[in-house]
Amino acid sequence: MQRDGAVPGTVPNAFRIMDNQTRPEPGNTDRSEKRFNYILAFSGSCIVVLLAAILVTLFITALPSIKEFGLFFFAGKVWDATTETFGALPFLVGTLLSSFLALIISIPFSLAISVFLGEYFKEGAVSTFLRSSVEVLAGIPSVIYGLWGLFLLMPAVRLIEMKIGVAPHGVGILTSSLILAIMIIPFSASIGREVITLVPGDLKEAAYSLGATRFEVIRSIVIPYARSGIIAGILLALGRAIGETMAVTMLIGNSNFLPTSIFSPANTMASVIANEFAEATGITAASLIYVALVLFFVTMVVNIVGTYVIQKLSIESSKEVS
Amino acid sequence: MIGGDVRGRLIKDIFFKGIVCLFAFLSLLPLFLILYYITKNGIMVIDWDFLFNLPRPIGEAGGGVWNAIVGTLMLIVLSSVISIPFGITAGIYLSENKAGKLSNTIRLSVIVLQGTPSIVIGIIAYLWIVAPLQTFSALAGGVALSIMMLPVIVKTTEETLKLIPYHLKEASLALGVPYYKTILKVILPSGLSGILTGILLSVARITGETAPLLFTAFGNQFMNINIFKPIDSLPYRIFYYAMSPYPEWHSFAWGASFILVVLTLALNLIARGISAKWKTRF
Amino acid sequence: MENTVLKIDSFSAYFGDNKILKEVDLTVPRNVVAALMGPSGCGKTTLIRCVNRMHELIPGATVSGKMTLIDEDIYAMQPIVLRRKVGMVFQKPNPFPTMSIYENVIAGYKLNGIRMAKPELDSIVERSLRRSALWDEVKDALHRKGTFLSGGQQQRLCIARALAMNPEILLLDEPTSALDPKSTSQIEELFVELKRNVTMLLVTHNIAQAARVSDLTAFIYLGELVEFGPTEKMFTVPKDKRTEEYLTGKFG
Repeated sequence: MQRDGAVPGTVPNAFRIMDNQTRPEPGNTDRSEKRFNYILAFSGSCIVVLLAAILVTLFITALPSIKEFGLFFFAGKVWDATTETFGALPFLVGTLLSSFLALIISIPFSLAISVFLGEYFKEGAVSTFLRSSVEVLAGIPSVIYGLWGLFLLMPAVRLIEMKIGVAPHGVGILTSSLILAIMIIPFSASIGREVITLVPGDLKEAAYSLGATRFEVIRSIVIPYARSGIIAGILLALGRAIGETMAVTMLIGNSNFLPTSIFSPANTMASVIANEFAEATGITAASLIYVALVLFFVTMVVNIVGTYVIQKLSIESSKEVS
Repeated sequence: MIGGDVRGRLIKDIFFKGIVCLFAFLSLLPLFLILYYITKNGIMVIDWDFLFNLPRPIGEAGGGVWNAIVGTLMLIVLSSVISIPFGITAGIYLSENKAGKLSNTIRLSVIVLQGTPSIVIGIIAYLWIVAPLQTFSALAGGVALSIMMLPVIVKTTEETLKLIPYHLKEASLALGVPYYKTILKVILPSGLSGILTGILLSVARITGETAPLLFTAFGNQFMNINIFKPIDSLPYRIFYYAMSPYPEWHSFAWGASFILVVLTLALNLIARGISAKWKTRF
Repeated sequence: MENTVLKIDSFSAYFGDNKILKEVDLTVPRNVVAALMGPSGCGKTTLIRCVNRMHELIPGATVSGKMTLIDEDIYAMQPIVLRRKVGMVFQKPNPFPTMSIYENVIAGYKLNGIRMAKPELDSIVERSLRRSALWDEVKDALHRKGTFLSGGQQQRLCIARALAMNPEILLLDEPTSALDPKSTSQIEELFVELKRNVTMLLVTHNIAQAARVSDLTAFIYLGELVEFGPTEKMFTVPKDKRTEEYLTGKFG
């Protein structure tokens, strides 16, 4: 404990307000107080322990598969329970294809919403309407997206496939990408909107005073300034898309073969687990858990990077407000 | 100096605004289509029988989703009971300890947990509860859902409490009130609306989750209130019926979806309502 | 060549129902520094923001009356054309943080989509930075972002940015109030040079600054133009009692 002693003009330690000081310490420490703090800290630590336990559990149960296939797991094209050969490449490809395709499809829409709500209609009835609608969109459960996709998107895609002359599965990477795109729009849109509203007004004014049109101000000043935030929002949306399970499982066609085109039925890392885990045993189960482990790490990295960028941005912009 | 094509630029300006508005509203199209179809197909199916009876085997007409509704409610209670105490206390810890290694580690863990795919959490609950107990169970489902609720509750609690001005705590401490009482009786009540909102929002989130239930609660055609046995739930039932080959079950899926959407939206609305109306002003 | 740069006729400005400026009449001749002074909230900032039509960007803001720039009706022009002819420097220096110093100076051209050959742009950059007395300090760092500059340097960068467009009139909204005394005097020295090529309308709440740098001064009070005339005269023998009270510090 610091001792400021009798230096005149300083606040005695008991009343000083410091950022990381939790409480003033009276002469004797109350036992129940200490107990309370321990409970709080314990609770918090439980969360850390929980995460560690998750990691350890995944690793240990996936171990038989890790030992058997090592890193070639990611290059293996064949996933066959009968011969007990497990290669996860089809699911890596399925995940990457569907997620990135979903991202590309969703970006124009989520950017439009961000600019609409962040620049053109910051308040008012229209703004509230769009904002609430986007929130509702975000709140619809995944399985309902899947249901809707199954009965309305799939026939539509099947029609298109027939027109183009591809095998009319209706399900596959394209269909699941479409539903994923719809599902992730709200995430990148809301983050994008926030960073756009953070662009300092005086920068926009300077640009207007030079004779720029609104479009030019948005294009040359607002978007570049908000660029990192927009990218972070996209990253978080990507993380969501990668981990999304139900709607994808219902629309991707459940095929363990390497997809050959966007019309192929396939599986993502999440959907193969959803489809096969309940009945899996032995090395099959271990391999599925290996897939889960990879899925976990990929989403973790993407989410940490995205969150870190956003935190850095909010710190920077709150510094500027001073 | 030639001023760069003024008319062209003004046209581009209007054009851009038009494109932005167009795309923004186009993104709402799926929302309205989904809500429309759920309402249209769902309302037809809903009647007293549907709401309060159990599923009938295929071939028999009628039947309902009462077990799924009860199951969903049970899972909500189970997961809340587990996650709320931990979530709130951890949130209090974080708001009181802004810096420090433990705090930062906890925050990082919360971020990672929040981003963890729900199916991975389902696997964990399977490994921790279903495997040892040798049975699918509501308990396992509740545990999985509580892990998903935790990050949201921690974050909203921390953020709500951080907004409470320091002078409130000071005033209480200056009166000689012990620290833990200050937190429990002064700080926490002031932040109640925010914390409640966080809880409701996280409940709304897990109400619709299916993936973690696939190998934990598993689903059950019959009514079950024993937490050590498999239990049905609305999302699971929707999934099961949707993927089946029977058109009658498909329409049941729409009906169950309608109930689920109404439930989720109601929870969200109540959460926002609490946040707006009961917000403590300082 | 017309001798009047800016003519303001019976001009009023409103925020909704709130009348901020009341039938202002003002004529600004070429190559002078005209100061607008008055207590906080008197409408002087609103007045200059009406000259380059920034006022109307705020929802609910309206105007009545006439403003003429040289021989064109300001309110009949396209705003984006008008703003190329009118430069503005703001109270808080606001160089664009995502652009380098070089890009900041020519930002007006870039934003307006005016394409020029690089040698031409280079000379514009150099000329503008010399006019704002910043060239020597940044000539070796033109491609670095402007945020490392001090407050006074940033403001001179903003002045250069406005000057690069060769405006007919330069509007300055309390340009030195956020700066330290040394930077303030550096910029005030600039004004003497600058007015040879451009006319300046300077809003200031600092009476002493108005006395130091301006040739003409306008005193605005509660939205009315109380008095306008040669600075020396106004500060020694003000015609209106309110002007005298303001100058002697009775209010504001």
